[in-house]
Amino acid sequence: MSEAATAPRELRDSELDGPALSARLARIWGTQRSIVGWLSSVDHKVIGRRYIVTAFLFLFMGGLTAIVMRLQLAQPESKLVGPDTYNQLFTMHGSTMMFLFGVPIGEAMAVYLVPLMVGTRNIAFPRLNAFSYWVYLSGGVFLWISFLLNIGPDVGWFAYVPLSGPEYSPGKRADVWAQMITFTELSGLAVAIEIIVTVLKQRAPGMSLSRIPLFVWALFVNSFIIIFALPAVMVASTFLILDRLIGTQLFNPAEGGDALLFQHLFWFFGHPEVYIIFLPGTAFVSAIIPTFARREIFGYLALVLSLIATGFLSFGLWVHHMFTTGLPQLGAAFFTANSMLIAIPNGLQIFCWIATLWDGRPVWRTPLLFVCGFFFIFVAGGLSGIMLASVPIDTQVHDTYFVVAHFHYVLIGGNVFPLLAAIYYWFPKFTGRMLSERLGAWNFWLAFIGFNVAFFPMHISGLMGMPRRVYTYGPEMGWGDLQLVSTAGALVLFASFLVFVWNVLASLRSGAVAGPNPWGAGTLEWATASPPPPQNFDHIPVVTHREPLWAERGGLPVVTGLSIRHRELVVSSVAEAEPQLRESSPAPSIWPLIAAVTVGATFIGSIFTPYAVLWGAPPIAAALTGWFWPKNTPEDEE
Amino acid sequence: MTTGALALRLLPIALALPLASCNLVQSPLNPVSPQARDLLWLFWLFTAVLAAIWLAVMLALLMSLRARRTFGADPLAVDPRRESRAGILVAGLAVATGLAVLVLTGLSFAGQRRLFADEAAAVTIRALGHQWWWEFQYENADPSQGFNTANEIHVPVGQTVLVKLESTDVIHSFWVPSLMGKVDLIPGRQNTLRFTAERAGVYRGQCAEFCGLQHAKMGMLVVAEDPETFARWREVQSQPRLEPATDEARAGERAFVAAPCSMCHQVRGTRAAGHNGPELTHVGSRRTLAAGTLPMSRGNLAAWIVDPHGIKPGVNMPLVKLDPDELNTIAAYLEGLK
Amino acid sequence: MTRHPLALITLMLALGACQREERAARPSPVGSETQEQVALVKLSPGVPGPTTYTSGKAKEFEGNAYHLSQGKKLFTWYNCNGCHASGGGGMGPALIDDRWIYGGSIENIVQTIREGRPNGMPSFRGRVPDDQIWELAAYVRSMSGNAPASAAPARSDSLHPHPAENRTSPSPPVSGGIVPPSGLLPQ
Repeated sequence: MSEAATAPRELRDSELDGPALSARLARIWGTQRSIVGWLSSVDHKVIGRRYIVTAFLFLFMGGLTAIVMRLQLAQPESKLVGPDTYNQLFTMHGSTMMFLFGVPIGEAMAVYLVPLMVGTRNIAFPRLNAFSYWVYLSGGVFLWISFLLNIGPDVGWFAYVPLSGPEYSPGKRADVWAQMITFTELSGLAVAIEIIVTVLKQRAPGMSLSRIPLFVWALFVNSFIIIFALPAVMVASTFLILDRLIGTQLFNPAEGGDALLFQHLFWFFGHPEVYIIFLPGTAFVSAIIPTFARREIFGYLALVLSLIATGFLSFGLWVHHMFTTGLPQLGAAFFTANSMLIAIPNGLQIFCWIATLWDGRPVWRTPLLFVCGFFFIFVAGGLSGIMLASVPIDTQVHDTYFVVAHFHYVLIGGNVFPLLAAIYYWFPKFTGRMLSERLGAWNFWLAFIGFNVAFFPMHISGLMGMPRRVYTYGPEMGWGDLQLVSTAGALVLFASFLVFVWNVLASLRSGAVAGPNPWGAGTLEWATASPPPPQNFDHIPVVTHREPLWAERGGLPVVTGLSIRHRELVVSSVAEAEPQLRESSPAPSIWPLIAAVTVGATFIGSIFTPYAVLWGAPPIAAALTGWFWPKNTPEDEE
Repeated sequence: MTTGALALRLLPIALALPLASCNLVQSPLNPVSPQARDLLWLFWLFTAVLAAIWLAVMLALLMSLRARRTFGADPLAVDPRRESRAGILVAGLAVATGLAVLVLTGLSFAGQRRLFADEAAAVTIRALGHQWWWEFQYENADPSQGFNTANEIHVPVGQTVLVKLESTDVIHSFWVPSLMGKVDLIPGRQNTLRFTAERAGVYRGQCAEFCGLQHAKMGMLVVAEDPETFARWREVQSQPRLEPATDEARAGERAFVAAPCSMCHQVRGTRAAGHNGPELTHVGSRRTLAAGTLPMSRGNLAAWIVDPHGIKPGVNMPLVKLDPDELNTIAAYLEGLK
Repeated sequence: MTRHPLALITLMLALGACQREERAARPSPVGSETQEQVALVKLSPGVPGPTTYTSGKAKEFEGNAYHLSQGKKLFTWYNCNGCHASGGGGMGPALIDDRWIYGGSIENIVQTIREGRPNGMPSFRGRVPDDQIWELAAYVRSMSGNAPASAAPARSDSLHPHPAENRTSPSPPVSGGIVPPSGLLPQ
C-alpha cells in the first residue's frame, strides 16, 4: 500500500467527476482492442461473458446428444445408433451437462454478477479468473474433440470401476474422461476461491453481512461446497488414471483395493454436486422474486440460514446413491434420515419465496414465468427425491427411468428454469438491450410443456421396469408408447431452446434499449450503466440497506479517494464491511493463457504417458514465472 | 383389517388403474412376493403423502400470484403485523415439514427392517454376473445335487429363496421387480437377497447397473412353480444331458463337440466342457435365448448362432463358420436338450 | 486456404484414432480363413527370395485397443496360460521376450496358432474362429511390447506376473531364435 504523501502527487477520484472521470477510469480498467488484448483480458465481465456463452454452447451440445438418444429410444429395437455410440452419447450427455454446464454456469453468472452486486471493480485474483476460463475451455473442447475422433468416453458420467478400469475399458476412452474431470474441476476450484475472497474482502463499504444480497450469499455458500466437494472427484479420477496408466491397484479387490472406494469418492462429490447446481438456481430465484413481487424478500435470515444448512447437509447424503451396493443396513438408514432432513431447509426456502410473492404485487414478466415453472417442476422433483431417500423404495426405483425423471425434474427445474429466468432478467445488464417478451412467453411455454411431456412419462417407464442406460429394448416390454411420448416432449423442449437462441440473437441486434435499471430492481448491479463500464462504478457506492437502490432513491452515497492513475479498489472488513485498505488490482496479462495451455498440454500428454508430467513441469514453471515476474506497472509498484 | 388400512390397501389399486392395460412382466407394480408387496405399499404411501404436499404448495403458489396488496408503491414498505403473522405461518410449515420427514423416515426404516430380515432359506442360489449373461449355481449340501444353469431360475412357490450375488467381471445388479428390489453384484464382495414367490408364474428381471456394451440385453427369467414341479425340474437339471434321440440330433452333438462351440460351452455328458459361456446341458428347457433376448425355438437358435453380433452387437459369442447342415443339426440338437 | 492443412490433420487424426478405438465386434468377411505366408529366414533357393503372401488383415488388429483387449481375455479363456504361463513360459516358450522360434510377425503367430507347431503347440484350426486367432496373435505380440502403448492393454484385475502390456518396452522381433525347453526334451 502506498503512503498518502508519495510524490508525484497521486490523482484521486475525488478530484474529477462526471464524464471525465468515467473516461479516465474506463481507459485504466479497459481491455485493449487487439487479439493479444482480447486474450489477456482480466475484466470479470469479459471473462464472465465468455464463461456464460461457453457454458450455453456446451448445454446445446449436451442437448443434441440427448435428442439423438431420445430418437433412438422412441421405438423398440431401433437401429439409429448402436450400443457403442449410444454408450458414448449418454456419457457425453452426463459429463457435459454436469461438468461443462452445471458447475460452470453457476460460477459463470457469479463471475459476472458478484463483483457488481457487492460494488467492487473487479473480482479477486482476476488473472486466476482468466486462467480458470482457459482451463475450462480447453478441458471441454478436448472432451468433445475426443468424442468426434471416436475416443469419447463410454463408461457413463459416473465411470464406475471395474467397468472403467484397465481390464474392461480398453483404449484411451476412460482416460479422456478421467483427465477431463480432473482438469475442468481445477477451474471450478479456482473460481470458488475468487468468489469467496471477493465476497469476504471486497464488499462496498457498509455492506455488512446482513446486507449481502441473497444471490451473493447463495453463490458464496456454493463456493464453499465446491471447495470441499470437487477434490473428492479429482482424487477418484486421478486414482482411476493411475490404475489404468501405471498399474496401481487402488480399485482392484484382487490386490487389496476396493471397487466401492471409487463410488464413495465419486458420490462424496456427486451429491454435493447436485447442490452446486441447485444453489445458483436459488440465487437467481432470490434475486428475481423481490424485483417482480415489488417487495423486499420475506425471511432473509431464514433464507441465509437454510442456504448454510443445505451446504452442510449436502455432505451427509452421498450414500443414498449406493443403497443397492449392500452396505450395512443401519448405516444406510442414517443416510435416509439425512437425505430427508435436507427437505427442511429447502422447504423453508420455498415457503419464504411464496410468502414474498403472497404479500407482493406480482408483475408478470418472462423471468417470473420461469420462476413459476421452477416452483412447479423443482418441488415435484424434490418430493420424488424423498422417495429415493428411502432405502426400501430405492431398491425398486434405483437405476430405472424413475430416477432419470427425478433428477431431470431437480436439475432442469432447479437450475435451467431459474437460469433462463436469470438470462431474461440480466440480459439487459449484460448487453444493454431487452429480450423480447413475446418470444420469452413462447420460450417458456414450449419449455414448460416440452419438459413435462418428456420427463413425466419417464416416472411410469421406470415403474414399468425400464432400467437406465439401455440402448434399446424389446417390443414385448411395452415401454414403446411412453418412450415415444418422451421423445416428442424432448423435441418440443429442444425447440424452446431454439426460440431462446433466436430471441437472444434478434434482441442483440434490435432489442429495445434498456436503461441502467429496466426492472426497477434494488441491488447494486442496477446502479451502473447497461452494459457496465470496465470500471463497474465511477465511485464505489456506500451501502445503507439490503436493497440499496430502493432505500436511496436520490442517488447512492459514495466513497472517494481511489487512485485514477492505476487500477485500485477498496478492501473492507469481513463482518461490517468497513473500508480498510486501498488495494491495487492486477492489470491484463497474457500469461494466464500461456499457463493454461502448458497445463492443458501436460494433462493431455499424461493420458498417453506418465512422463508427460515430468516434461510438462518446466513449461508450467516457466509460464508461472512469467505470470508473477514484476512488470514495472503501477499495479506492481503498489 | 381396519377401514383405514383397507383404504390404504385400495389406494394403490385405484392409482394403478390407468396402468392396468400396460405390460407388467417386469414391474414393481406387479408384486408377487411379500417383499415386493411391502415395497409397493410403501411406495404408494410415499406417493400419496408427497403428492398431497406438492398440490398444497402449488395451491399456495397460485394464490400468492393473485395481486392483493393495496398499500403504497414503495417496495420497502411492509406491514409489520402481516410480516409476523407470515413468520409464524412459515415457521409452522417448516416444523410440519420436519414432522413429515420424521414420520416418513420411521416408515422407511421399518420397511427396511422387514425387507432385509434374516430368514432361513429353503433354496440357495449363487448368482454370478458375467458380461452379459447370468450364471446360476444351485447349491446343495449333497454336491451331486448341485448344478449350474444360466439366465433362468426356477423357484418353489411359498418357500424363501436366498440368492448370493457375486460378479466375475464388472458390477451388475440383480433385479426381478415382481419379487424384490435390486441388489448389486460387486467384484470382491458377496451380497445376498431373499424373496418368497407367492404365486406361480414367469417373472422377468434385468441387469440394472450399467455393465458395458450389452447392458440392455442382460435379462433373466424367474419361474415360480409349485414345490413338486420345482423338485422335478431340479432333479432333471442335476442330470447330465438328455441322450440325443434322433439321427439329426446325434449328428448335431458330433458337430457341436467338434465345432468351436465346445471351447466355451458345457454340455454335461459330452466332451464339451468349456466354462466361458452359459452352460447348455438343458438349454432346450429354457424359455429364452441369449439372456432373455429371444424366445427359445429352433429357428432362433440357428439365427443366434449364425449372427450373434446382429442380435447383440459386441457380445462375447463369436461368429463361427458352419455349413448349413451343421447349423441345422446343432440347432436341432440344442433344442432337444430339455 | 489455410484451413485445408488443418482439416487434413484433423481427418488424419480421426482416422488414426478410429482405427485404434474402433469396436469391430462383427468380423468381415464372415468366418473366412485368411492365407498367410511369411518366410522365417531370408535364405531361399533360387533368385527372387522367399515368397511372402499376407492377407493384409494385420493392420486391422495390431494397433486396435479393442481387439488387443479381447485377445487378452481369450488368452485366459482358451487356457493359453496352461503352457505359456501368462507369457512367462513353462511347458511352452515364453512370449514376453523377443525370441520367436517361428517368426514374430502377426502373420507368423496366426499361422502358429492355427496350424500348431512341433513339440507341443496344438492346432486350433476349427476350434477357434479366425478373427479370434487374429486377436490372440495381436495380443501375443503386445506382450513383448510390439503394440502401440496407447492401444495395448493395461494391468489386469487378476494376478499378473509381468508388467502390463502398455508398460512393456518394445523389443524388435528376432526371427529364428532359440530352441524352446520343450524342444530339448528327449523326443
